[in-house]
Formats: sequence, C-alpha cells, structure tokens
Amino acid sequence: MRRYAIPLLAFLILAALILTGIFGSRFVVYIAMRVMILGIFALGYNLLLGRTGLLSFGHAAFYAGGAYGAALFFLHVQKHPLLCITAGVALALVLAVIIGFFCVRHTEIYFAMLTLAFGMMVFSLLWNLRDITGGDDGLVGIAREPISLGFASIPLVKPGQYYFLVLVFFLLSLGLVYVIRQSPLGLILAGIRENDKRIEFAGISLKNYRLAAFVISGGFAGLAGALGTLLNSNTTPFSAHWTHSAEPVLVSLIGGLQTFTGPLFGSLVFVVLREIIERYTQNWMLWFGIILLVIIMGFRGGIAGAISELLGRKTPSAVGKEGGRP
Amino acid sequence: MGLGPSQAQRAPDMLESIVHVCLAGLSIGMFIWLVASGLTLIFGVLKVLNFAHGTFYMLGAYLCYWILARMGDNFWLGLILGPLAVCAVGFLIERFFLRHVYHLALPYQLLLTFAFVLIFDDAVKIIWGAGSLGSPTVPGLSGSFPILGRNFPSYSLFIIAVGPLVALAMWAFLERTWWGRIIRASSSDREMAAAIGVRVPALYTSVFVLGTWLGALGGGLAVPYVGLLTPGMGEVIIIDAFVVAVIGGLGSLKGAFFGALIIGLLSSFGTRFIPTFDMFLTFILMAGVLLWRPQGFFGEAK
Repeated sequence: MRRYAIPLLAFLILAALILTGIFGSRFVVYIAMRVMILGIFALGYNLLLGRTGLLSFGHAAFYAGGAYGAALFFLHVQKHPLLCITAGVALALVLAVIIGFFCVRHTEIYFAMLTLAFGMMVFSLLWNLRDITGGDDGLVGIAREPISLGFASIPLVKPGQYYFLVLVFFLLSLGLVYVIRQSPLGLILAGIRENDKRIEFAGISLKNYRLAAFVISGGFAGLAGALGTLLNSNTTPFSAHWTHSAEPVLVSLIGGLQTFTGPLFGSLVFVVLREIIERYTQNWMLWFGIILLVIIMGFRGGIAGAISELLGRKTPSAVGKEGGRP
Repeated sequence: MGLGPSQAQRAPDMLESIVHVCLAGLSIGMFIWLVASGLTLIFGVLKVLNFAHGTFYMLGAYLCYWILARMGDNFWLGLILGPLAVCAVGFLIERFFLRHVYHLALPYQLLLTFAFVLIFDDAVKIIWGAGSLGSPTVPGLSGSFPILGRNFPSYSLFIIAVGPLVALAMWAFLERTWWGRIIRASSSDREMAAAIGVRVPALYTSVFVLGTWLGALGGGLAVPYVGLLTPGMGEVIIIDAFVVAVIGGLGSLKGAFFGALIIGLLSSFGTRFIPTFDMFLTFILMAGVLLWRPQGFFGEAK
C-alpha cells in the first residue's frame, strides 16, 4: 500500500492544482500562483542550503535579477512573455556566476556575510540607478501579452490563464530539482555538506561544485522573480533587499531542510497562513516569528519531518553537520 | 563671470564643508559603533551573529522615549531606564532560547535571532503604532555649536564624545577587571575555562545581557538624533553594524571601533559627493574585506 502512497498523493495534488486553475476564484488562483512562485524560489534555494549546506543571505539579488531582467526586456526589447522570462533567468544566471565566483571562496558565516554584501550591492544599484530601474518606484506596466506560436496564440491576461503558465514552470522546476538531487551532481553536493574534506580527498573541486549549486539556485530564483513580475505587472527594489533573502531560508526551514518536499510545504504555509492571519490581525510577522521559534526549538525537521515521523518513516537528520559548529 | 565667487573665497568654503562632512561622518560612525560593539562582543564570546541586535537598538529607542515621556520629558532618566528594561528582554532570550541552539548549525542560530526581529518589530507596532514617533529635545544639547563659521548640532558633538568613552570603558572592563579576564578566557577556549571552574553558561548570559545593553544604549542615544522613531529602524542599523563588524574583523572590538569610523566617514562623504553610489561603496568595501582579508583590518590571522 505504501508503495503507491507517494505517486497517488502526487497525482491528487496535481489534480487539485489543475482544478484550482479551472474552478478557483480569482483570489484562490492568485494565492496558488504566489505559493508556486515562492515554491520555485525555495526549491532552488534549498539545493544550496539543504543540499550543499551553504547559507546564503543574498538570493533575493537573483530573484530581483529575474524580475528586472524580464521587466527591462519587456520595456525595451520584446513583449513576448516566454522571451521575457528567458531574459530574466539569463540575467539571474549571469549575476549568480559573477557573485558566486567570489562567494564560494568561503563557507559558513563568512559565506553568509559575503552573499549579504553582494545582495545589498544589487539592492543599492536598483535603488539608486533611477534612470534604468525606476528607483524606489520600480518598473511598472509590464503586461502579460499572449504567447504567439505562429499558428495560434495563447492569451495570458486573465489570472486563470496565466495560472497554467506558472503551473507548467512549477512542474518543470519540480522535475528538474528532483533530477538534480538524484544526479551525481546532487549526490556530490550532499557529500560536500556532510564532509567536505572527504570530497576534496576524492579529487573533486569543492569550489566548482559549490559554484554549480549556487548558480543553479540563482537560476531558479531568477525564474521565480520573472514569473512574479508578470504576475504583479511591476517590480520593486525591495525584491533584492536582505529581508527578502530571508524568505527562502525561512520557507526551507519551516518545511524541513534536506527534504525534497520541505520547501513546498514551507511555501504553502508561508503564503496561506499569512493570508489567514492578515484577515484577523495586521500582525502576521509576530505570529510567524512565534511559529519560527517553535520550529527551531522543537521541530527541527520542519513540516516534512513531522509528516514523515507521523507516517512512521525515518526522520531526516535535522542538522547538517554533526555538532553544528567545528 | 564677475559675480561668481573667486577662487580665494571658495577655498575656505570647501575646507569648512569638508570639516563638517567629517564631523557628520564621525557622529554617524559613533552610532554604528555603539550598536556594533554589542554585536561584536556577543559574537566574540558566544560565536553567534545576532540579527536581533538591531531590535535591541529599536527597543532601546522606544522604551527610552516611552519612559521619558512619562517622567516629565527627562531624557537622561529615559536613557538610563530604557536600556535597562531591554536588558531584561536580552536575558530572557539568552536564558530560554539562544542557550539551546549553540550546538546547532548556523541557519538555526541565525533564524532564531531573526524570529525575534519579526516578533519585536510587530510588538512595537502593536504597542506604539505603525507610524513614526517624534523625538524630544535634550536640555543643554539641543542647540548648535559654531565650527569654522557654520553651526554644527551640539548633540552630534556629544555623540562623538560618547563613542570613544564607551570604547575606553569596554577596554578597561575587558583588560583590567577580573570579570573581563574571564570573559576573554572563555572566548578563546570555552572548554578550558569550564574545566578550571568558570560557570560558562552564566557567563554567556551575562555577556549577552551586556551586549544587549550596549545596543539598547545606542537606541536610547539615537532618540534625539534620528528625529523619528519607526518600527523598522533596527533593520537598517543592523546591516550597518554587520558591515562594521566584518570590516573590523568578526569578534574584534578594536576593529569594530575603527570600522565604524571608516563606514561613518565613507557614508557621509559618499552622501555629499557621490550620492548615487554611497550605499554601493559600503557593501563593496565589506565584500572586498571578506575576500582579501576575511579576518578584517584588526582581526588576527587564522
């Protein structure tokens, strides 16, 4: 029975996602899109944090790279949505290669500080280069043009239509991250997290593999940024701010580090809980902070860890390196 | 062209403006130092990078404001009592939460302190409202002082004097007192300190509370300076404090002091001469130091 549980569950969730797109109200569809976009961001990010064991506090820079890349491409070059998204991801990847090249020289707290510095550099440029980026107003008026395929065109204007594009990218990302995790690359990354000395002795370049993880996660952040820009039809410089960089970290942690599905649970909780809490009170951060405290103090496996414990499976170890600090 | 100022007139103008920009930079730097000192002390001993330190700064400012408004606008009373109240918060955080995550990996420690940022930012909004609060004037220091023909706020001069005083007091405390020596010993070798009978957990709590007090003191002193108190004020200063702590070398108080001077001057000169890139310069300096001298300007090489 358990053999079929996971595929069945996946099928049910997929069916639910499709039905949400067809029958969901405007609001539900919008929320579902935000969950999926944050899911893409966190899923890619967790390749770096959960898989490789590197804590970045600058991934908002790549999200913003995707967002501004798509927006600038739309405003100055071409309005085709797929091309805009490609341009956004490309800019994010370029940024990730440049920034990652420097950042992977360090690990632990120095890595976190270095990514924070580079992320805030990108923020300061978005904030101050008014002529290009629109400064604190951001870029506005990014519309969702139909996707033209030559013989037909798919409209995206309505949220219910755009939903399916986001869903396609979400499923593609899900598949890609799954493949990467199972690939030799993914296994080496896990090896780096568990014991980087051994991996180095095996003749593997730590820097190159760390950079690979960094760039891949940056690319997913860029995809999330580009999709988010098309969803909201504008960009904001705060998408590059360090407080936004904290989001995928929180989401991964709530969902469960070192699990594949953790970031997805985390995104769902993060977006949906926020909507629910904000219905009753303005103080969603307060409640979120308390949830975070509870998870760190008591449930370090996150939601995914708690669920697999309920199902009677072995809990994934909550902490990357044994004993935490050297 | 006869109406424009001659070269001879312009030169002293330039000098004046540079002196004033320097003074402004020094006062900004001393603020960052007050916050960074606590952050550095906590990192140096507990090895935890405390995101909530900006929150202590914010709480210090709000509590100082709240107390002084109830005590007949007596700023000095607020400055003494406000940070002390924040110390209680710091004590509770260390004793009941942080203590349990020292053995965990970096993300758990950082996010635990981040959780308190979220909680207290909103708590401040609930108690004092989401808007900005005005700030009081300080008797005797509300005026300005003429320097080279231009007025400079007396309060900023006061801050420039307080910064080095705090630095001196901390140096004397850490180098010259029994307690300071124990703190330094535990910082360099926790196990050995515990083996010779130091109650390390209690010592950690005391260091955390002392660091909290320094951050909150910075906040209290900021009340007349920043003009407005806002719930997000801690998130801005904590990044400056991180930059300073990194430039000086994580854990080095001397480094944090000079790092704060550098960042203060850089930001005031940057704002004056290249406003587009002043923030960028700060972070490029931070990244540069991390890449080429990760131990910082004053940290010891590994």
